[in-house]
Amino acid sequence: MNWFRELWQTRRIPFILLTALAVVIFTLPTFVSSYVLYMAVSILIYSLFAYSVNLLLGYTGLLSFGQAAFFGVGAFGAARILLASSNVPLAIIGGMGVAALTALILGLIVVRHTAIYFTMLTLAFGMLFYAGVQKAELILSYITGTEIVPATVFGGAWGLLDIPRGTVFNLPMDLLVNYYYFTVIVAGIAIFLFYRLVHSPLGLSFQAVRDSERRLAFTGISVRNTRLICFVIAGVYAGLAGALRTGLLGNVDPLVFHWSTSASPVVATLLGGMYTFAGPIVGATIYYIIRDVVFRYTFVWQLAVGLVIVALVLGLSGGIVGTIEQRTLPWLRGRFAQGSSNKPSQY
Amino acid sequence: MADLVYQALIGFNQGMIYWLIAAGLTVAFGVLGILNFAHGSLYMLGAYLALTFYHSLGMNFGLAVFLAVASVGGIGFLIERFALRPIYARNLEIQIILLFGVMLIFADVALLGWGTHLSFPPVPTLFAGTVDILSRKFPVYYLFLSGAGIAVFFIIRGILDKTWWGRTMRAAASDREMASAVGINIRTLFATSFIFASAIAAFGGALSMPMSMCQPSMGAEVIIPAFVVVAVGSLGSLVGALVAAIIIGVVTALGTFYIPVMEVIAIYLIMTIVLVIRPQGLFGRAR
Repeated sequence: MNWFRELWQTRRIPFILLTALAVVIFTLPTFVSSYVLYMAVSILIYSLFAYSVNLLLGYTGLLSFGQAAFFGVGAFGAARILLASSNVPLAIIGGMGVAALTALILGLIVVRHTAIYFTMLTLAFGMLFYAGVQKAELILSYITGTEIVPATVFGGAWGLLDIPRGTVFNLPMDLLVNYYYFTVIVAGIAIFLFYRLVHSPLGLSFQAVRDSERRLAFTGISVRNTRLICFVIAGVYAGLAGALRTGLLGNVDPLVFHWSTSASPVVATLLGGMYTFAGPIVGATIYYIIRDVVFRYTFVWQLAVGLVIVALVLGLSGGIVGTIEQRTLPWLRGRFAQGSSNKPSQY
Repeated sequence: MADLVYQALIGFNQGMIYWLIAAGLTVAFGVLGILNFAHGSLYMLGAYLALTFYHSLGMNFGLAVFLAVASVGGIGFLIERFALRPIYARNLEIQIILLFGVMLIFADVALLGWGTHLSFPPVPTLFAGTVDILSRKFPVYYLFLSGAGIAVFFIIRGILDKTWWGRTMRAAASDREMASAVGINIRTLFATSFIFASAIAAFGGALSMPMSMCQPSMGAEVIIPAFVVVAVGSLGSLVGALVAAIIIGVVTALGTFYIPVMEVIAIYLIMTIVLVIRPQGLFGRAR
């Protein structure tokens, strides 16, 4: 129990908070309505999507406006697998696989560019997918010279509908509670692996790309390959989020490829704080709730989101988590003179 | 053959619209070093304001265009003063996200102001009708638009090369600190350059108004082809943007003519091919 004593002595408050959070998450289905449960699953999915964006933006310093490409590929990949078999884990892994492959191919082109070019290219390639998926059947028909029925590929402009929910180890995923626990476990593993990743030497090399490419190059590490690895891993996270979305909604349409799908996790990350570990999940939660509330009262939700973005950039530049870490926690520490006076550890 | 030339002319015209959007984007990037995500919104506002002045208030077309350009110049001033000035020192990603927020705001402002109703204004009488080119009817307005696009190129080039203001812009674009050291007021220059870029966007929007439908989502829709154009032609290069816009317009029109399903993806295919062969764009220096 030595490690526990050490944990208790050094990290008491985070430990208590995390335990409480875990208890709330696992008991949530017993005391909330299915609407809230549905929201919770959506938030988890968008958190994973936001982690995908933040791996590129916060850690590696690359702003991607085309993560919807991998989100959509994952969603469609999982949908096609679920239409053929009822194995949900297989669908999730398949979705991640095609997203990884897509990210690798696109990555070879886009990681040669940085900063503005990278952003523009990811945006344009994302829209290529949006346009291409709607026309995929027509293009295939043209190339092969045969008639191709939309439902056999991406389903044209309507997408794929009535996708069976499938099962996980014989547990039916039709039941929202089951799917909630499945998502919690998958997202938990994914976020834990993300934590390990960003604290690993590879994760540190991502941050080195962000902070000083030249110094990284001098240490003998290939900057371009580091960016490519980061891009592929981010693609896998986006694909995972997309695949989980298919399992939740039971349908998928070409709008998942639209640039506005790419923009949401960017805003969520910014809202939560892009240089923090918890930023994406906090940001995704708050962004989802803001949108849910705004949607109910007004149709001009873009105006609300736009104002939030401008206010955040001009006012609260570290995001919510960043501000708490930089301002509120030191203030609390100073006030209660408790714990270490170290700078809050980032990453 | 005649079909080919006719399609190429239509493509050239579309390329000129791309160019008119990409031109201001290039100026803003060259001088201020920012990628103006809200540039499409300024184009949209130019189109909507010109529509209001010309169609709803019944003004002369030239006056309507002038007023639209002047108003959007004013909006550009406000954006520069209150949104951009505080964040010049920040990361590029942050600037892009901020301007993305500005774009969202304008999209809904246009929705509130003009609604989703589509109106089709008549083409100004001076440019109405068609001319026969290769025994096919070609709208006179297209010729006017193409001429205006080329004129905009020479006007911008002339300002940058011949005027004091243009020279200071180029100085600031190549070395901001040095330009500031020799006594150029960078703050004022940034403001005037951004107003200039906004005015170019509004001019493009206002001119394309009689032949396109104004929609609140236009700002986001036009910015993507514009990004493709500047990426293909090399960001910051005026000639590059012009040539890339023409190439993309013409190749898309011809490709669509022969292979109709290519319509929406042709532009991305061109971009992919160019960037695989020349990552720095057609007119960029190797990095």
